[in-house]
Amino acid sequence: MEQPLSMKLMRAVLCLFTLAATLVSPFVGAQAQTAEKTLANGLRVIVKEDHRAPTVVSMVWYKAGSIDEFNGSTGVAHVLEHMMFKGTRGVPSGEFSRLIAAAGGRENAFTSRDFTGYHQQLHKSSLELSFRLEADRMANLVISKEEFDKEIRVVMEERRLRTEDQPRGVLNEQLMAAVFTAHPYGRPVVGWMSDLQNMTHTDALDWYQRWYTPNNAMIVVAGDVAAAEVFALAEKYFGAIKQRAVPARKPQDEPAQVGIRRISVKAAAELPVLTMAWRAPVLRDVENETEPYALEMLAGVLDGSDAARLTGTLVREEKIANAVNAGYDNTQRGPALFMISGIPATGRTVEELERAIRRELAKIAADGVSEDELKRIKAQVIAGQVFERDSIYFQAMQIGSMEIGGYPHRSIEVMLKKLQAVTAAEVQAVAKKFLIDDSLTIAVLDPQPVEGRKPAPAIQGLRHGQ
Amino acid sequence: MASKVKAICVAALLMLLAMPAAALLPIQHWQTKSGARVYFVESHDLPMLDVSIDFAAGSVFDTPEKSGVAGMTLGLMRLGAGGLSESEISRRMADTGAQLGNRFDSDRGGLSLRTLTSQAEMQQALDLFIRILQKPEFPAAVLEREKARATGAIKEADTKPQTLLSRNFSEMVYGSHPYGLRGSGEAATVATITRDDLTGFYRRYYSAQRAVVVVMGDITRDAAAALAEQLTTGLPQGAPLATLTPVASLTSAQTRVVAHPATQSHIMVGMPGIRRDDADYFPLYVGNYILGGGGFVSRITEEVRSKRGLAYSAYSYFMPMKERGPFAIGLQTRRDQATEALAVVRQTLADFLSGGPTADELSKAKQNIIGGFALRIDSNRKIVENLAMIGFYDLPLTYLDDFTVKVEKVTIEDIRRAFARHVDPARMVTVIVGGEETPAAPAAR
Repeated sequence: MEQPLSMKLMRAVLCLFTLAATLVSPFVGAQAQTAEKTLANGLRVIVKEDHRAPTVVSMVWYKAGSIDEFNGSTGVAHVLEHMMFKGTRGVPSGEFSRLIAAAGGRENAFTSRDFTGYHQQLHKSSLELSFRLEADRMANLVISKEEFDKEIRVVMEERRLRTEDQPRGVLNEQLMAAVFTAHPYGRPVVGWMSDLQNMTHTDALDWYQRWYTPNNAMIVVAGDVAAAEVFALAEKYFGAIKQRAVPARKPQDEPAQVGIRRISVKAAAELPVLTMAWRAPVLRDVENETEPYALEMLAGVLDGSDAARLTGTLVREEKIANAVNAGYDNTQRGPALFMISGIPATGRTVEELERAIRRELAKIAADGVSEDELKRIKAQVIAGQVFERDSIYFQAMQIGSMEIGGYPHRSIEVMLKKLQAVTAAEVQAVAKKFLIDDSLTIAVLDPQPVEGRKPAPAIQGLRHGQ
Repeated sequence: MASKVKAICVAALLMLLAMPAAALLPIQHWQTKSGARVYFVESHDLPMLDVSIDFAAGSVFDTPEKSGVAGMTLGLMRLGAGGLSESEISRRMADTGAQLGNRFDSDRGGLSLRTLTSQAEMQQALDLFIRILQKPEFPAAVLEREKARATGAIKEADTKPQTLLSRNFSEMVYGSHPYGLRGSGEAATVATITRDDLTGFYRRYYSAQRAVVVVMGDITRDAAAALAEQLTTGLPQGAPLATLTPVASLTSAQTRVVAHPATQSHIMVGMPGIRRDDADYFPLYVGNYILGGGGFVSRITEEVRSKRGLAYSAYSYFMPMKERGPFAIGLQTRRDQATEALAVVRQTLADFLSGGPTADELSKAKQNIIGGFALRIDSNRKIVENLAMIGFYDLPLTYLDDFTVKVEKVTIEDIRRAFARHVDPARMVTVIVGGEETPAAPAAR
């Protein structure tokens, strides 16, 4: 078949958060035969050899995501990502993509709260091309007003597509804004529309100059390569790039939440949505902490498979919900949330669903979880480790996101061991300790009929788009 | 294979093709006693096994009155089978760490399994997989619940501009042909589905003779052969494979504007395209890469996105199926730009149809498709997908080996002729969801 959807995936922005994320995802694929080197200019290079097929995935990661942005210019990390395809002093606009395509490559880029990444999948013989082009745009990017004024319109279309016209996208955006009042995780990765409308090419240039330096970047290569050759190529192309001091990052810590928060969002939709988000600890000390691992297992007990409690009880047995998901991502630069989201069954209300979820949580707090449930989650983690090795792209993604989050990728091994060691009592304890109302924010999508709704006024008159 | 590789004269391409990926994919193929076709690749790199089984049981076998039966049948197979309840099945499956998947489209309905090859886990996972395949029970209470869930999901989908776009597009392109039915069914038709509908559909369409089995991974040929027999011996007798109703061509251009309050207009232009076995497959595939399939480097992306900033995503595709799948061009843009964006798309298509690709475009397209061939088969998952497609659409066993050769042979004239034969703006439908008050200019010139 053709790939009709491939275009939709282009230049995908990693979502702010994914409700359907299962607990095992950050921990699988722990095959740590990697080689690592740091160039004199501070650029780190990590290589994962995998010789099953003559292909390679090449990624350049920058520790610069929306977490590093300031009010008034939200979305600039992602806008810069788009501008990285718009030419350098030596390579004209669009040429990067043309050269990669002509080499048989596939390419894309992603921006998240924590990082920006650029990647190509290629025949192994084209790795050098990838390095030559990436090194060039790491040092020599040109951001012209003309190209910026066109591309910022593309980014606004992207925001309309992914957020403005997606009721659940708006709900999630508003939820984050309600949870985080001080921390930058409260702001959308794509940026507020007003900030996009008022952004200038110099904002993008400032961002580039602040963060795009080898000592704030990392190369990850996985595939049919020899580590020594990759290091030599990296030295050849990136070695001469001068490093600059990276500005100090201030923590912007979120103050403790002291009471439940509730918001609602009206949008054209059929079904309501309920999302509950608790502030929860992020993993920092991989060796010595236990609670983040226990929360990870709790998410698995609730939603690690079709057999898990939320789907089993609320969807299948009691038919209160059409769907329920739980998620907890504890390896990232900023604070973590434990989230449960659901859609009430027809004729049921969000209030009933909320009560049912609370009852399920109370059951765990009172009675704990069974050894069988824990064993089931652990079995999936073990199998997941093997399955994920099928994809070199996944392996490179995992190494990069761990490292950018501040975790040595080799600590995945430790994390897996710690996860296997979680006890039922620990799961019960974290359910009691963290899933409490004082740190809870609840967001509800209040569906409105599509018919008869006036179109939202079109955004007119870009400041710089005339 | 060696002689085919030699047929390619471009040295750079030759170098890439000489890499082992294509040559080292020894596909073994046979039929089970019950008549199912089996495709097997042995690979011991990872201690895991992928199995998939697809049936000619897609939504094309639905009727307008009971639209949704095909999808509901597949969906319920794992929700009660061989004496096990849905929760017993999911518990036991989760205990093995295996992943169970569904595949469902207009042509196909099928199941897949990825399991570790450690004995205990694999045995248990395969036992469950076989029960689901051969002894689904379609419990009435589960059906009622799933109907309610499906109805909610359909109503929810119908509030979204992208669903309204694809629904209206399919209706207009396919009229009364079953390719116009959506896999989910309609809220009204799902409500009428009974348990007898599901058991009837299962008995008719989930037979060995309609099945394609793919096995890949860490097992031997003998074990794969035994597994294929086990998977298919207990299947229903089923209806013989018959040819589908051909898709009628459109006779004129039509435009439909659908109201929606979204900030963007969602636009799709297209018509029935080609069957998977069409002789023009490769010229159209390569040509479409140049027109709108080639990511950032396609003409449509260049004109709509790069030059004018009108859309985040703009593309064209052919989706060849058993009968003629759609050709479509799509984009989303701020409502007040819909007319402009549509005009750009029409002009881009018209230019491509009249002038064809340039020699440079064709050469770059071939470089991408041929140079990137190894990326199509560099994981077990991708190889399984390819085998399933080769099997279901009856493509030659040498399909992957021939692929680059066929791409290399495509000429500018081939592309022009093929597009002239299959793409005609005077017989295309245009759907605009969330459009402006006045419909955009019709497609006819």
